[in-house]
Amino acid sequence: MSTLDAMYQQLILEHAKARSGSDLTPDEATAMPDQAGVGQCHQLNPVCGDEITLRLELEAAGNPPSVKGIRWHGDGCAISMASASILSELSEGASPDELSEMIDHFRELMRSRGRLEPDEEILGDAAALAGVAKYPARVKCAMLAWVAAEDALRQAVATSR
Amino acid sequence: MVMVSTPATADTQVGLSDVEVLRIRNDFPVLDQEVNGRPLVYLDSGATSQNPRSVLEAEQEFYERRNAAVHRGAHHLAVQATDAFEDARATVAGFVGVAEDELVWTANATAGLNLLAYAFSNASVGAVRGDAARFALGPGDEVLVTEMEHHANLIPWQELCRRTGATLKFIPVDDDGALRLEEAARLVTGRTKVLAFTHASNVLGTINPVSELVGLAREAGALVVLDACQSVPHLPLDFKALDVDFAVFSGHKMLAPTGIGGVYGRRELLNAMPPFLTGGSMITTVTMEKAEYLPAPQRFEAGTQPISQAVALAAAASYLRETGMERIAGWEASLGQRLVTGLSAIDGVRVVGPGAGVERLGLAAFDVAGVHAHDVGQYLDSMGIAVRVGHHCAQPLHRRLGLTATTRASTYLYNTTDEVDLLLEAVAQVRPYFGVAGAGASK
Repeated sequence: MSTLDAMYQQLILEHAKARSGSDLTPDEATAMPDQAGVGQCHQLNPVCGDEITLRLELEAAGNPPSVKGIRWHGDGCAISMASASILSELSEGASPDELSEMIDHFRELMRSRGRLEPDEEILGDAAALAGVAKYPARVKCAMLAWVAAEDALRQAVATSR
Repeated sequence: MVMVSTPATADTQVGLSDVEVLRIRNDFPVLDQEVNGRPLVYLDSGATSQNPRSVLEAEQEFYERRNAAVHRGAHHLAVQATDAFEDARATVAGFVGVAEDELVWTANATAGLNLLAYAFSNASVGAVRGDAARFALGPGDEVLVTEMEHHANLIPWQELCRRTGATLKFIPVDDDGALRLEEAARLVTGRTKVLAFTHASNVLGTINPVSELVGLAREAGALVVLDACQSVPHLPLDFKALDVDFAVFSGHKMLAPTGIGGVYGRRELLNAMPPFLTGGSMITTVTMEKAEYLPAPQRFEAGTQPISQAVALAAAASYLRETGMERIAGWEASLGQRLVTGLSAIDGVRVVGPGAGVERLGLAAFDVAGVHAHDVGQYLDSMGIAVRVGHHCAQPLHRRLGLTATTRASTYLYNTTDEVDLLLEAVAQVRPYFGVAGAGASK
């Protein structure tokens, strides 16, 4: 498999089209939610114009709390869209700590220039994005949704207390 | 718009020939390499161009034989360096058709546009002395740009207006990206103090009608600033004949190294304008209270200048002049037509800017339906083809065209028709690769 094919795996191309969780409406994306246990973050990659607004909601009754869901609105390349889609599926039901661990590991993987092997136990389908790490110019694309999720999670946890 | 009477093909090009281009390529060491296992196809000269050996050698020779500070010191090397520096200015000034003292060195076109905007700004605050008053802007005054500008010819003017209270307006473009001249005629009024526009669009490849716009500005008494960043490297050109008041260009887009560019200004304007950067080398008499400034160009060249880069830029201008700007422009026009014709024929590909047969630079920016520009660029890179992806520092233009990003292939004198054809073949594979072919071209 060429390095290009390793980056654009079938799973990624499918996620880029199907885009799980991409049902946040433009109206919702422009208004910050004023609700306990909900966080929202907008991220822009000024290099290519890729953009995402991501909303994370915690389960109201959970103890410990868990992620009810990630919904997002965005526009961008196959990598950034697939990454948001995978993250949305992966995060459902995760505890804040588990999601944080996922984000940290994903960031480490992306910054490794291909030297790290993904831990599929932690990353699930997101392990398929490992090929991106060999293209430093594209790491930002893959990270876009994850950076937004990190911030949204922080807000959601802060307001749920 | 000038219609090209015969669609250019390999058989009918004017200017250079593929054989000559192959010889030219030998002068550019960087082009002789493989990328991802294939010969490099460099189609990103609109972003930055490559350097011929003569330019690299000129810079090296300066450092090996003549390096010293210029315009100071009486020693041998200082004289040698000053001569080299000022000879370079004469060569480059001649290349763009202006007098030596009308060419100011800057780092690049962006720095040149900021120099002008800040000079206007400096004329607008505090006690303005004498002739500088004509550059003063305030509430009620207007700066007019166009919707197709590179951010470098937009944001400095936005900031100037913010600082002075003047109003920024823009000439809109039509769906093909051409300037709406009837709107321009309405927008240029007695309130317009500055009309700043690009000679040639870095995204559309459009060559704007300079004389019409200068005519409007002259009637209204507005000063004209021409962003010639994409025209000086690619078209035969003479700022005096274009009759603009100011013009800027970048060396790195015309075979020279980074860090050097130029601002042309009519002599009487430059000498009346307040300086932007101040400090050493730009003064006559300095007291603890105030300073008197040298005439242009030195009044705008504070501090140690990019000397070796200026020398290298002169070598680049000589290389271009010896090859012949008419021939280069003719060759690139044929490559531009080959690009627009070939790309437009690919299912799902939409080229922005002038259509086939209409005058354009040797570049084409395009959208591939269903595939983001970043992914297009990545696929092409895997084929050894270097293109630019993104908004090309022209977000408002992309927004107007209903796009956030495009892929741009831009040629120069060293590109062959074969390279254009390799690009076309590769672009045709993009939608199948990403699995969006056959879904219908959602143009």
